[in-house]
Amino acid sequence: MLNSQNAAISVLDLTKRYGERNAVDHISFEVPRGTICGFVGPNGAGKTTTIRMLLGLVKPTTGVGTVLGEPLTHPERFLGKVGALIEGPAFYPALSGRENLKVLATLGDFPHDRVDQLLDQVGLLDRATSKFKTYSLGMKQRLGIAAALLPSPELLILDEPTNGLDPAGIQEVRELLGHLAGYGLTVLVSSHLLSEIEAIADDLVMLRDGKVLFSGQTKALLAAQQPTVIASTTNQRDLARLIEIATNTGHQAQIVNESVHIVADATFATSFNRAAFEAGIILSSLVTALPTLEETFFELTSDN
Amino acid sequence: MIRIFKSEWRKLRRPTLFLGTMAAVIGLTGLISSLLFLLLDSERGNGREGMMITRETLALPNGLYVGFANSAGLLGVIALCVFAAQTAIEYTNGTLRNLLVREPRRLLLLAGKYLAMVSFALVTVCFSAVVSISISASLANFKGVSTEQWYTSAALSLFGSTFGNVFLSVISYGTVGMTLGLLLRSPISSISIALAWILVIENILSATVNGISKWMPGQLMSAIPVQFGVDFSYSWALAGTAIYLVIFSITAATLFKRRDVVN
Repeated sequence: MLNSQNAAISVLDLTKRYGERNAVDHISFEVPRGTICGFVGPNGAGKTTTIRMLLGLVKPTTGVGTVLGEPLTHPERFLGKVGALIEGPAFYPALSGRENLKVLATLGDFPHDRVDQLLDQVGLLDRATSKFKTYSLGMKQRLGIAAALLPSPELLILDEPTNGLDPAGIQEVRELLGHLAGYGLTVLVSSHLLSEIEAIADDLVMLRDGKVLFSGQTKALLAAQQPTVIASTTNQRDLARLIEIATNTGHQAQIVNESVHIVADATFATSFNRAAFEAGIILSSLVTALPTLEETFFELTSDN
Repeated sequence: MIRIFKSEWRKLRRPTLFLGTMAAVIGLTGLISSLLFLLLDSERGNGREGMMITRETLALPNGLYVGFANSAGLLGVIALCVFAAQTAIEYTNGTLRNLLVREPRRLLLLAGKYLAMVSFALVTVCFSAVVSISISASLANFKGVSTEQWYTSAALSLFGSTFGNVFLSVISYGTVGMTLGLLLRSPISSISIALAWILVIENILSATVNGISKWMPGQLMSAIPVQFGVDFSYSWALAGTAIYLVIFSITAATLFKRRDVVN
């Protein structure tokens, strides 16, 4: 475990019990300062409950933790340095975007100058006076991100921040998070878009059924997975022969999208290419690929 | 506390709520105060529940404020709705989690929010007083009511006590609304249950069960400014209301402090 001073978030044996069910079941993980940490898991895995416990909204049944070096039991000591977007943006429908942010800026004692700066940053300045209820889903999401940035946070906790955003909006959020991490900000971001998490997250916490499946560096997780050699040929009738060649050398192989996928590391590619050539098969392509985070996620979270 | 108060006022001052509430206050107070004078000679009465308030009664030092005091019940109902809606809507909108992230000291947040709503109620009472007194003063001569005793020091001191009693009654209704808003977390449920209890069930019980009205919170709160048709004293109403306020306040604080925020 990291020293809690070096970790933006550190939790140990955290549990939340509702009736007979543990929504979060004795989890322990850490998020190092200055990193972007992906928080992933299927629906009902306990991500949002964990985030609510980190923010003092839900009281843990058992366990301890710190946020920015302060104990979870005293959220007033750290929440002034934390920005959060929890389970989608929640604002007052009858107030404008600007007024909604001013409600929170007044409450948190943040300078009101930041309101327009942030509205500009998330591209909502021209709609600042429109009522929140007239915003599109993407605009609501961007207002939620602006609200999370109000305190100039040291730690940003975002629950599904790209929900409702178009591809350009998703790209903007990705760039924004990268930009913020460059300034030493720590970001804990939960998302079901695993390709997004893979692109931005240095670290990863993976939950399933309230338990931590993996916690650590994203690249360490991916590196630990079996790479795949993918071979294609112009003649589809040769695919069965390629499978035979691979299995004869003790490797698992299957046909996926008119290619042969062989579970093997990169060094196997050369000998496989030679064996195929000797069998009279010309390969049109031969590449080595690591599993994506999505594939790894399904591998780790699947029942099989 | 000041920033919580100011933050809450940003929501309370939105035009649909502020202007809508003040329009209701002006309309209802205006109606009650006007009918008090315009129906002076009506056999159906000119006061609450058909009560006849005579010229002689209106000519007394407190005559200028009778319309205002008679409006207290409706002002209370308005306060109950505003307090309940402003509290419960934080749950239905999901905005409570934003507020608690920015101010995690829950009792402080609740106290600041309550004080802001109390100040909002104070504004409604002030509006009501101005409208009622203006109407009473302008209709008195028209209906032949003597105003000699209205502008004396005795009348002025009576205004202070009338205003205080109306305000106390109004914030008592509001406190009930806020507690129900916290308990039920739904504006519609909390308002409808509160109104059904205060306006319907309590009145039926009071009319059918002898002596029960002096234990009913709605009857006690409404009896603070106007001692009409009740079988208990002003001090009983005051003490009873105070006990109910303590119970409601402790309930509200306990719920708000201890309950997980999951919506």
